[in-house]
Amino acid sequence: MADRLAMYIDTSKCMACRGCQVACKQWNDLPAYQTEQTGTYENPPALDHYTFTRIRFAEYDDPDRFQWLFLKEGCMHCGQAACVDVCPTAALKYGPNGIITFERDLCNGCGYCSQFCPFGVPHLSVPSPLRGTGSLTGLEGQIELAQYGALDGLTGDVKSSKCTFCQDRTVNGLKPACVKTCPAGALDWGNRDEMVAKAKARVDVLKTQRNFPQAQVYGDTQLGGLGRIYVLKAPPEAYGLQADPKYPAMSTLWQKILQPVGQVAFGATIVGAIAAFFVARRNVHMEEVE
Amino acid sequence: MTNHWVDLKNADVIMINGSNAAENHPASMMWVNRARDERNAQLIVVDPRFTRSAATADLYAPIRSGTDIAFYGGLMKYVMDNNLYHEEYVVHFTNAATLINPGFQGPEDLDGLFSGFVDDDGDGFGSYDKGTWTYQTDAEGNILRDETLQDPNCVFQLLKKQYSRYDLDMVSQVTGCPRDKLEEVYALYATTGQPDKTGNIMYAMGQTQHTVGSQNVRCMAMIQLLLGNTGRPGGGVNALRGESNVQGSTDMALLAHIIPAYMATPNAGSHPNLAAYIEKETPATSYWANKPKFLISLLKAWWGDNATAENDFAYDYMGKVESAGNHYWISLFESMHAGDIKGCWILGQNPAVGGPNARFEREALEQLDWLVIQEIFQTETVAFWQEPGKNPADIKTEVFVLPAADAMEKEGSIVTSGRLIQWRPQVAQPPGEALPDHDILNLVALKLKELHAREPGPFADPILQLNWDYSGGPAHPVVGELIDIAKVAQEVNGYAVRDVLDADGNVIVKAGDLLKTFGWLQADGSTACGNWLYVGYFYPLPDGEGNILPASKRRGQKDPGGLGIYPYWAYSWPVNRRIIYNRCSADSQGNPWPGGKDLIWWDAAKGSWTGWDVPDFAATKAPGDAGFNDPFIMKTDGKGWLFGALNEGPFPSHYEPVETPTDNALYANQKHNPVIKIWRTNEGGDVGDTYGDPSQFPIVATTYRVVEHWQAGGMSRWLPWLAETQPEMFVEMSEELAQEKGIRNGDQVSILSARGKIQAVAIVTKRFKPFQVNGKTVHQVGFPWHFGWGGGAEAPALATGDTANDLTPHVGDGNTTIPEYKAFLVNVEKA
Repeated sequence: MADRLAMYIDTSKCMACRGCQVACKQWNDLPAYQTEQTGTYENPPALDHYTFTRIRFAEYDDPDRFQWLFLKEGCMHCGQAACVDVCPTAALKYGPNGIITFERDLCNGCGYCSQFCPFGVPHLSVPSPLRGTGSLTGLEGQIELAQYGALDGLTGDVKSSKCTFCQDRTVNGLKPACVKTCPAGALDWGNRDEMVAKAKARVDVLKTQRNFPQAQVYGDTQLGGLGRIYVLKAPPEAYGLQADPKYPAMSTLWQKILQPVGQVAFGATIVGAIAAFFVARRNVHMEEVE
Repeated sequence: MTNHWVDLKNADVIMINGSNAAENHPASMMWVNRARDERNAQLIVVDPRFTRSAATADLYAPIRSGTDIAFYGGLMKYVMDNNLYHEEYVVHFTNAATLINPGFQGPEDLDGLFSGFVDDDGDGFGSYDKGTWTYQTDAEGNILRDETLQDPNCVFQLLKKQYSRYDLDMVSQVTGCPRDKLEEVYALYATTGQPDKTGNIMYAMGQTQHTVGSQNVRCMAMIQLLLGNTGRPGGGVNALRGESNVQGSTDMALLAHIIPAYMATPNAGSHPNLAAYIEKETPATSYWANKPKFLISLLKAWWGDNATAENDFAYDYMGKVESAGNHYWISLFESMHAGDIKGCWILGQNPAVGGPNARFEREALEQLDWLVIQEIFQTETVAFWQEPGKNPADIKTEVFVLPAADAMEKEGSIVTSGRLIQWRPQVAQPPGEALPDHDILNLVALKLKELHAREPGPFADPILQLNWDYSGGPAHPVVGELIDIAKVAQEVNGYAVRDVLDADGNVIVKAGDLLKTFGWLQADGSTACGNWLYVGYFYPLPDGEGNILPASKRRGQKDPGGLGIYPYWAYSWPVNRRIIYNRCSADSQGNPWPGGKDLIWWDAAKGSWTGWDVPDFAATKAPGDAGFNDPFIMKTDGKGWLFGALNEGPFPSHYEPVETPTDNALYANQKHNPVIKIWRTNEGGDVGDTYGDPSQFPIVATTYRVVEHWQAGGMSRWLPWLAETQPEMFVEMSEELAQEKGIRNGDQVSILSARGKIQAVAIVTKRFKPFQVNGKTVHQVGFPWHFGWGGGAEAPALATGDTANDLTPHVGDGNTTIPEYKAFLVNVEKA
């Protein structure tokens, strides 16, 4: 897709100021959690329903030089996106310019996107077991929690969520909120081919002028080409990234066989959907999709 | 900053030392990265801890907290020994060639002290008689110089002697920085001594918050002179100020020792009247020779028509400090603790969390009869009487809380670190009854006037006669009319009280009109001005795009010259000059140095200085004219001072922090800065000025900020999105120390100092490494000072934790008395 857009993320310029993390919450009107200090600068502890992007911190004892690596996490907007392929209600779609868009109103909270995503990005609106207290900070957060705390995954009121590259901004020609706020020049936004070219040129500089022999581009080829193009100073594993993420085999099966059944079921009877839900829940294990 | 933020892009090498710019000034990294992208600039970070700044650096060097002078002294020695200094600059623009009084002696002669030390009480601390720290002059009073730099009494030779023992091995031993790292840093930074290169030092509180803080800053200034970096694009000594408007608050003199625009606070002993002040404070040479114009215009601004030549322009109405008074932070809290200060008014500060030895300072607040505080949240200072473990009924202080507007909720100017005065609009209404600080003060002033008119009392004139009319602002539903902030701005900018005439009788500026430049200020009462450095900032000027508006409101984006000067964007003091001392950007003949960073230069055809910035020099002073190579116009001799007297001496010497794990390897008999004041209130008591010993507290500690929070937390710990990113107090320590202490990552640990004990979550990290100091292993830990218990129970902070400053000592720098927050001793143990 020649007009595909992408986010450029240069980890060699990122200084983990986390302006992107906060700007994302602000633009998308997301509540904060009452988090805990557990021995790291990372918080919230993982991407979740109310955290579309965050900085992951990793200490890397490179034999040449010690490095403290910062990785801006979020939806990768895969060229071949398992979440879209398994979504029974088309809440997740290949949107214009290659952005994986999300329409909250269409989401039925089935959670397949969350389970099939090779990066574990989409999250449902139930308190995550990862968090200590699971409580949200601020009035708005308390209201959200009061609603969702009483629900379960079958009522249809639970929703998924994820980074949409600020689809409400980008369809209007604006940059995503995180890109706009980055003071270090680590983030950029534009035509994907240009972002890939920019990343390759930067990697070349890092290798030849800045003593990062392991520098590399990430995202240019993986999963049909990601919508995030990373400049890495070290191997992906050092950042906690999978070097070679796999499109989950089960999702193809799902798309061809179970999903159409599921859609018919939704049209006909809720019971069918519930059945499909439980089938998927029981049979799909994360080991298979990784 | 001698330079400015955008100018960081012009540097070839940038050294961040005593600053964590990526975390505390993240926007600066845009320009640092611009320099790296466009000029292949190199970034050095020197810090005890591998910070987020270090993570983005090309070269990182760890040094133990409190050893910066050893580090810089070593750099100066390296530069001089290897002839890497900028010779033409050093010879012509600095006092390197100046001959010093032969009676002057330094630490190499006097076992760690300079000549003239006086220790009145034999406690090892005292002050200097600076009588020998002087220039040699001939019979006519001309300063003697040897521009071959060979005379043993010239500053250059004395400087060599001062740092003769600061070699790589010695500096490595003192700082704990590996020798090869040191050498790498020195070699890289010294490349900026080449005439076509410039280097920039970015510093912050990591340099200043030491008992030798002022001398740390002197070191940087000296290095920048030796390498020819000051007054040039990409160079300078650049203080990254800790608040968006702290430069403005300094310029406006929210300090004990100065009145607006850096004039000494009148002193009851030495400045009993206007004539005495002017005589004592006005040098014969340098631009400060104009000080009477600045002072009298200030008095006219404050007392208007009531300030006349007959009454010394109301000089007697100004408050005066006591002769031997000490009115800085630490001593104010000591006085409060002693019960000498009965009332306190606090604006925008949270000393219960931010003050040194904070338990002591909170106890001092309890001694007050009354406390007024203007705040946006119920900080720990607002609610100091609710501190856990204390009984509010036992605290007699009456507390008045005045809800204040946030910076975004009011209109006015702020001054950035780069001296840029930018007008900012109000973008939101303050909630409830909150008011801008200036409106609160205005209402109080009007009430005071009313009260003194009704009950004059013994000395009501200074208030009754105060020139105070800022009325005409918007209406407020509760308090009525607010002030017209433009009227304040006009007074600060300065205006003509009556027509000002030139020597030929022509009108320069008409009565009532604003002043364009401080060159128009007069000492006869015909001008009024609230801050001479700010003259012009509200004067209508073109923005380069067809509009004319008050200078600080301009947003013109033209940048002729391409150096990032942006002369039409807002207004920079002084006189819209973006790089001060910029005469140094041209050589001794007035031509730009090589390297393509031409800023200003002598234009022989036009017979004047010209270029992209406003020359910091007499515009028509030509090659061959007297003083053509005297670029530092605020200095009495026009030179950059490699030799310049602070209280500890004319050169910085390495002294250990008041709490240190080691002896002073450089001066065995002079461990600490000899001119600091050691407070000993309630020494040894539960809450008191107590100092720790390495046998009990063997670990060096430092405090710092993180990007997620702001200062003592008043503006960040109440905000959910920030609180979630850094929710609790933590302490960072090396894996080696953690193993020694049986501490695992994420454990609760206690941190103890001689002043208290706090609890924090351990972050065990490779980013701290033990130091090898004077043959021993020394551990260092660090923790943020943002946290407190949460303040008022009605609306507590969302991010809470123990207060780092419960551990820090009540001791300050030898000149400014800024507290030594950055180097002290602790122990840690598993809680």
